[in-house]
Amino acid sequence: MTLRLNLVLGGLLLAAVAGTAATASVWTPFNPVAVNLRRRLAAPTDPYWLGTDEFGRDVLSRLMVGASTGLTVALVTVLVAMALGITIGLLAGFFRGWTDRALMALNDALLAFPGILFALGLLTVIGPSKWGIVLALGLAYAPAVARVVRGSVLSLREREFVEASRALGNSEAYTLWRHVAPNCVSPLTVLATSMFGWVILSESALSFLGLGVPPPAPTWGNMLAAARPYLETATWLSIAPGVMIALSLLGTNLLGDALRDILDPRT
Amino acid sequence: MIGYAARRLVAAIPTLLLVAASVFLLMRLIPGDPAQLMLGDAATPEEVEALRRSMGLGEALPLQFAHWAGAALTGDLGRSITNGLPVLPLILERFGVTALIVLVAVGLAVLIAVPLGMLAAWKQNRPADLAVVGFATLMLSIPSFWLGLILLLVFGVWLRWLPVVGFVPFSEDIGAALAYVVLPITTLVLIEIGALTRMARAATIDVLRLDYISHARAKGLSEFTVLRRHALPNAFAPTLTLIGLVLGNLLGGIAVIETVFTLPGLGRLLVEAIFQRDYPVVQGVMLFVAAIYVAVNLFVDLAYPVFDPRVTAE
Amino acid sequence: MIAPLLAVSDLRVGAKPDIRAVDGVSFSMAPGEILALVGESGSGKTATARAVIGLLPPGLAVTGGRIAFAGAPLTPATLRPLRGPGIGMVFQEPMTSLNPALPIGVQMAEGLALHTRLRGAEIAAACRAMLDRVGIADPTACLRAFPHEFSGGMRQRIMLASVMLLRPRLLIADEPTTALDTLTQAEVLDLMVGLTREQGSAVLLITHNLGLVARYADRALVMRRGRVIEEGAARALLAAPREPYTRALVDALPRRGPPAIPRPPSEPLLRAEALAVDFAGRRRFFARGRAVQAVRGVDLAVHAGESVALVGGSGSGKTTLGRAMLRLVPASGGRVLFRGQDITAVRGAALLPFRLACQIVFQDPYSSLDPRMRIAEIVDEPLRLVPGLGAAERARRTDAMLDAVGLAEFGRRHPHELSGGQRQRVAIARALVREPAFVMADEPVSALDMTIQKQILTLLRDLQRARGFACLFISHDLAAVGEIADRVVVMQEGRIVEEGSRDAVFDAPRHAYTRALLDAAPRLEALVA
Repeated sequence: MTLRLNLVLGGLLLAAVAGTAATASVWTPFNPVAVNLRRRLAAPTDPYWLGTDEFGRDVLSRLMVGASTGLTVALVTVLVAMALGITIGLLAGFFRGWTDRALMALNDALLAFPGILFALGLLTVIGPSKWGIVLALGLAYAPAVARVVRGSVLSLREREFVEASRALGNSEAYTLWRHVAPNCVSPLTVLATSMFGWVILSESALSFLGLGVPPPAPTWGNMLAAARPYLETATWLSIAPGVMIALSLLGTNLLGDALRDILDPRT
Repeated sequence: MIGYAARRLVAAIPTLLLVAASVFLLMRLIPGDPAQLMLGDAATPEEVEALRRSMGLGEALPLQFAHWAGAALTGDLGRSITNGLPVLPLILERFGVTALIVLVAVGLAVLIAVPLGMLAAWKQNRPADLAVVGFATLMLSIPSFWLGLILLLVFGVWLRWLPVVGFVPFSEDIGAALAYVVLPITTLVLIEIGALTRMARAATIDVLRLDYISHARAKGLSEFTVLRRHALPNAFAPTLTLIGLVLGNLLGGIAVIETVFTLPGLGRLLVEAIFQRDYPVVQGVMLFVAAIYVAVNLFVDLAYPVFDPRVTAE
Repeated sequence: MIAPLLAVSDLRVGAKPDIRAVDGVSFSMAPGEILALVGESGSGKTATARAVIGLLPPGLAVTGGRIAFAGAPLTPATLRPLRGPGIGMVFQEPMTSLNPALPIGVQMAEGLALHTRLRGAEIAAACRAMLDRVGIADPTACLRAFPHEFSGGMRQRIMLASVMLLRPRLLIADEPTTALDTLTQAEVLDLMVGLTREQGSAVLLITHNLGLVARYADRALVMRRGRVIEEGAARALLAAPREPYTRALVDALPRRGPPAIPRPPSEPLLRAEALAVDFAGRRRFFARGRAVQAVRGVDLAVHAGESVALVGGSGSGKTTLGRAMLRLVPASGGRVLFRGQDITAVRGAALLPFRLACQIVFQDPYSSLDPRMRIAEIVDEPLRLVPGLGAAERARRTDAMLDAVGLAEFGRRHPHELSGGQRQRVAIARALVREPAFVMADEPVSALDMTIQKQILTLLRDLQRARGFACLFISHDLAAVGEIADRVVVMQEGRIVEEGSRDAVFDAPRHAYTRALLDAAPRLEALVA
């Protein structure tokens, strides 16, 4: 029962955010970057449902574009981290021996950085931009994927159906492809879902610090950063972007829990 | 046990070396001449050349790393470009605030989250459990900096109970200092409760299924004793690992909280240094935080056998 | 008549959507009596016993009936103080029934501290005496040790000590030795019965193994689908079962098959020569841990068409020897010969003829089938490597094979939709579909219910008769292989200690270890005689 609720609620929340993002790519109520100083810091009323910011830009329009940016960054970052991590993890788990030891030593060293710190360091090198964030966060999260993939491969190798495949005379490569890889899909799906949430959170944190997507392009993170000085005078600026981040994360977390229940019979 | 501790300690050394190498290489990846970057555009070619020589930039990369790491071991992390001060004292000065907030917050979060998670597991699928899980999932979904802003809004702006901007060192006025750190700590506690409660609940559910819990009940022990004595240590072991990760991630991500509450902590130092392209400081902070993270995880590994003695046995 | 110690009447245990795990069970036990509750998985025997001590798993609840202990009705309130000194329980899985985080002394002491006036040194003395009684060599050291430092058999002794320390009037033993090998099983059960007789405790023994019933119980209840279907004195029940299901259970007990037909001497099909397998110790920082010699120079030959049983306790090296002969683990010494050819170092495509001819059936049907493949795909996969086989021919052979193991309708299903017995049929089909000359079966039935075990063994024997492959059965249960083996090989600590025709080994065992194995494994003809 709870499982269904997770799935439905999580799915609906994410669908709503994704729908907002999709709409933003074809239509927004106002131009999200058009400055109108006569209308600055207008409280939420009729044409500006969520008010305007310190440059008189429509908050709703900026929020919608922010959704599009946030989801795109999260999606591409997860794909980058997955591609990198799966490659490293499969190589390490498949070849074992010194390849495994070398790759995992490097991997563990990268995991010895808190993820966001590593991304901060990379951003120092790359410089703040949308694709810079994708690269930095993708590199920062890839070691976690590699770890899960390698762990799954190693534990699957011990399972009797893999041994049975070897006893049949199947080659190592065939066994890896036909029996090991498909069984890694479930844990990776769960991980990818969680990671999607982490990336949304990290991206908005970096943008909040001014190290993410640079203004004037709106993201939820940089909107919150810009709202901080107006906390007392224009409260609405601090509310809406946070609600959007929280809803996206809630949707992701609920969906992740549901997937875990469905795909992982242990819990 | 001693063998296990020794193995863990020894295993931390190559990790630290690789961490140092990553930090070093990362800063070398920045396009441009490090000496020029450090001195800025106003420097004369002679000054740049002098710095190049003193930094040993003409040497092979491994040799440069050896010099840098050697100096770092003696506490010499170089000097800040912006104000010329040595980096390590700068870090240590800022680290106090950060360490205080993070440690107190994680400590409080664990004290709340573990009993809460165990309660939820004990009442699995009943209303109390659903309430706890719902609350934890919600907390997990709220970005820390936004929760900070909202708390500031409520307690600082609307209720005016606490100051909105600023910081007073504890050495000057303990009462005032407390007023400035209450909200950041509350924010972090609430945020970290999310992940920790869910972990404690999941771990407890796994443990409560096992026969030794039935065995404890079959002895006639009260439910409270069963939970405290038999479930708690076993459920705490996986949570302990998470605490290590949480501590590290907080140290890495503390910058946002310090920005919201305008606290002069390590995170602000890092972000400011990134903006000012003060690379020795960036490098120093990254190395420092990563080293602390390695140390925290080492401590977790060393504490683990207290809760699960099986790990010492290979 | 003596007042009953335990009286259960019309007990019902269920879960919410109309699941009846226990459906109106009534029985009573006299003080000091040993009552066996016999049944297969899903019979409700464990739920019945757990309902008595109030430890039903989450989701299950008592929905009706009465339980009285020593004349007083059991309610949650009256039960708590009775747990321990009134009713004790020994669990099935020795690996999880002791708390891994607490020293054994602490776990043993807490029951005494709660239920008796003993304190400090008296408690320690009582614990030491009990550990000594259950055969722990160094009780003082044991009190300080943690559970993971002991083997399964030792843990089950410690568990027994911990429970019997409180002198319970009723001991519930839920499959207490199912996870142990035959030899250890007999030792632990002898100890349990001895201890309870000393203390005058009654025992409610839950088991699927009728052999144990005959050996240890006074009376037995046979359960099926939540109901008691037959009840009686243990030996009488076995000698003359009234219900067809009880008869099926009795028939499932191992008995010796017809004597082997002597076959003319021939070149061995598969042969191990001075075969040795070492497992490297774990790498440490300063040195490599000591290597474990799992197999220490073994000679073993299997001839075409014969059935050889390889028997030994856990850790005897029997499984490792089997896998080394199949080239699944590398040998560290000696040779493996297949049809007279040394294949010890052959790799890649050159090994294919050997792979095509030699197959394996694993112990655990839950782990040996790829959960993501359909049954027909699993059975078809081996044919992929048979040269010159068209798609139509492959499909025909897959269907024929599935039909031969009685799973003609199951091709499109996934493993998780099948029962344990059905999965093991799939594993057999996968091993046989290429018509191998040799099949190794590693404890092929030990994870299954008794009646299913019988079916699977019968199936294997019939298939072997029809197809004429040679078979190497690996088992810890000497009696169980008597039915199918022509020849028996006994292993202990990596070496073969006895080898001979089945009848020679059974009737005149030469090695003490073989004799112990034979004594430990109850056979029907010995039990009811």
